[in-house]
Amino acid sequence: MQGTLRDWKAVLVFVGPALLIYTIILLVPIVWSVGYTFFSGSPLAGFKFVGLDNYGQIWQDQKFKEALWFGTKYAAVVSLGQVILGLLLAMLYMFYLRKSSVLIRTLVFLPVVLPTVASAQMFAKLFAIAPQYGLVNSLLQGLGLESWVQGFLGQANSAFWVIAAMDIWKAMGFYAVLLFAGLVEIPEEVLEAARIDGAQGWTLSRFVVMPLLMPIIISSLIFSLNGTLKVFDSILALTGGGPGTTTMPLTLYMYKVSFTYNDYGYGSTVALTLAVQCVLVTLLVLWRSRKGQS
Amino acid sequence: MNKKIRYTALAAFAVLAPIGLMAEAQSKRVVFLSVQNATEGFTGVIGKLAAEYSKQNTNVAYEYQNAPQADLAQKLQLLTASNSLPTMYNVAEPSLLMQLAEKGQAADIEELFKQYGIFDKLNPAAVALQKSITGGKLLGLPLELNIEGIWYNKKLFADNGIKEPTTWDAMMAAAAKFKTAGIQPFAASGEQKWPITRLINGYVARKYGADAMARVAKGELKVTDAGFVEAARAVQDMGKKGYFGAGVNTLDYGSAQDLFLQGKAAMFYMGSWALGSLNDPKQNKIGAENVGFFNFPTVRGGKGTRNEWSLNTGIATAINPKQNDAALGAWLKYVFSNYGERALTDNGQISGFKVAKLPANLPALTKATLAKLGAAKNAYLWFEAKFSNKASSVAGDNVQLLVTGDMTPENYLAELQKALN
Repeated sequence: MQGTLRDWKAVLVFVGPALLIYTIILLVPIVWSVGYTFFSGSPLAGFKFVGLDNYGQIWQDQKFKEALWFGTKYAAVVSLGQVILGLLLAMLYMFYLRKSSVLIRTLVFLPVVLPTVASAQMFAKLFAIAPQYGLVNSLLQGLGLESWVQGFLGQANSAFWVIAAMDIWKAMGFYAVLLFAGLVEIPEEVLEAARIDGAQGWTLSRFVVMPLLMPIIISSLIFSLNGTLKVFDSILALTGGGPGTTTMPLTLYMYKVSFTYNDYGYGSTVALTLAVQCVLVTLLVLWRSRKGQS
Repeated sequence: MNKKIRYTALAAFAVLAPIGLMAEAQSKRVVFLSVQNATEGFTGVIGKLAAEYSKQNTNVAYEYQNAPQADLAQKLQLLTASNSLPTMYNVAEPSLLMQLAEKGQAADIEELFKQYGIFDKLNPAAVALQKSITGGKLLGLPLELNIEGIWYNKKLFADNGIKEPTTWDAMMAAAAKFKTAGIQPFAASGEQKWPITRLINGYVARKYGADAMARVAKGELKVTDAGFVEAARAVQDMGKKGYFGAGVNTLDYGSAQDLFLQGKAAMFYMGSWALGSLNDPKQNKIGAENVGFFNFPTVRGGKGTRNEWSLNTGIATAINPKQNDAALGAWLKYVFSNYGERALTDNGQISGFKVAKLPANLPALTKATLAKLGAAKNAYLWFEAKFSNKASSVAGDNVQLLVTGDMTPENYLAELQKALN
């Protein structure tokens, strides 16, 4: 190993191609984008050097703050939902369904492979109110709960929950499989020993299964948070950020600023704050988990 | 290793060969990026004419692409950045179209059409109207010549003893009556946003006169002025009273139009581009004879009159000058020499192209609309016509909150003024 690492030719052959591609398709655009943050304008309107103005502007931008808060709230709710429900499902597969869980596992996993736009269309129809009631409003009406009938996707509050429900539903099967794989790896003897010591149900999960599963739970959380903080397609397809801009996360705001308001510079600044947020959250989760282990 | 290379080469050939063959068979590809469906409105007419042309001239292939209007500006920006705009494309914002022209991405159509000897096919009034939007240059094809107003269901009006309203108060009284009778007074797509801002536009045009928004563009009026607040409040009241029905912000264009065409809504603010659907018995279940059309009503203490109409040449269709060559010229000549007549005969659609003689079987509704268009004394444009991209977007996004009462009229206009500055 030492020998291989000292042989720079070998290193170049092994790492070179990947590093080259990584540099071209990832590092260069990142540097480029950071460069944009010092400019205002677009290829169409022309660029103007503005120094740090974009960074000054972002602290006074009410829409930015709203988008940041919405995105954070959304990420917290959806990631917790995805991982907790995933964990519960994994335990269901492992301890109750056991060998017969294949069908359920497949069904729960199915939404993961569906295109987001298709799922969004389905949810939009489920929660529709006009031109006719969707399934949810029809049910409410059928149950005599007329006053609960509403345009779920046309109001900021309810739209948030519809989007959250869809994204949890869509991804929980993925985390269930991930965590299930971790559960399978826990040696049967350990569980057996714990059972003999009198642990079962909650105590077994809390003090034996969870600690052993922690590395995978942490990975799942990081995966999930980075996915949900960068959510774009499901919200675009479901509400387009509306009504108004009340369900607009940073990604949609960045897109709007860059390509509708025609300001690549400020859009890149928004993108950069999102990247910083993702890094901070990831570090926070890792730090918490390290502290928990020691 | 050798085997692998051979397989890779074979695979590469299999992928690339069809592309090479295609390029050989078709020397010219005309691509139209449209906000309409393939068979709808001007897109349908162009599609039909293009198919006819390709049958005779196999060297030209026509391709239709779709982009929803809400995403169009973004898409155009991205295509411009990668220098891959299609041959013809829709542009909703005049400000964007002017930028594109400045960058050499949108042709001066007057020059282009003169080059191919078809400029005289255009209706001068439509050309003037189109030019007034984009700084005196003809940058968009006047594929439509639209007159906007309120379409109404004559039968529902008669059944409820309501006359065609001429004042805002009368229209609101009619709406209240419909609402009590369990009929949705207005069909409007809040999802599209602009059908709502059009109502604010109509109101201020009646309040300040037809030049209201032109004065805003010149800085003589501010959208935070009292008349604008009154207009925004009037439209918000309509929403709060449920005149647009439930879930207005989730209703798309087609569904809103269907509500009217199926007799579920009494009134529908829309331009005459809807004539294609209004004349189509498959879509129009209330019957074309039951459709009436009136101009935006006057408002109390306003300067505007009902002789002034909201006119426009529809969403602009630009031509990419980088694809201009003899093949495109011949194609343009064929398609746009026949466009005006075909739009009128096939769809009953009024366009900004000259029509040698009116077809005998012109639908009555189209004839009536043409008469109104001919009698228009003065014209004003739509709300966002002179707005920047950002202001257009802010006007549309926030109107969804205005109409549900989640934003006050004062805040709506203050944010809009901020975007306009």
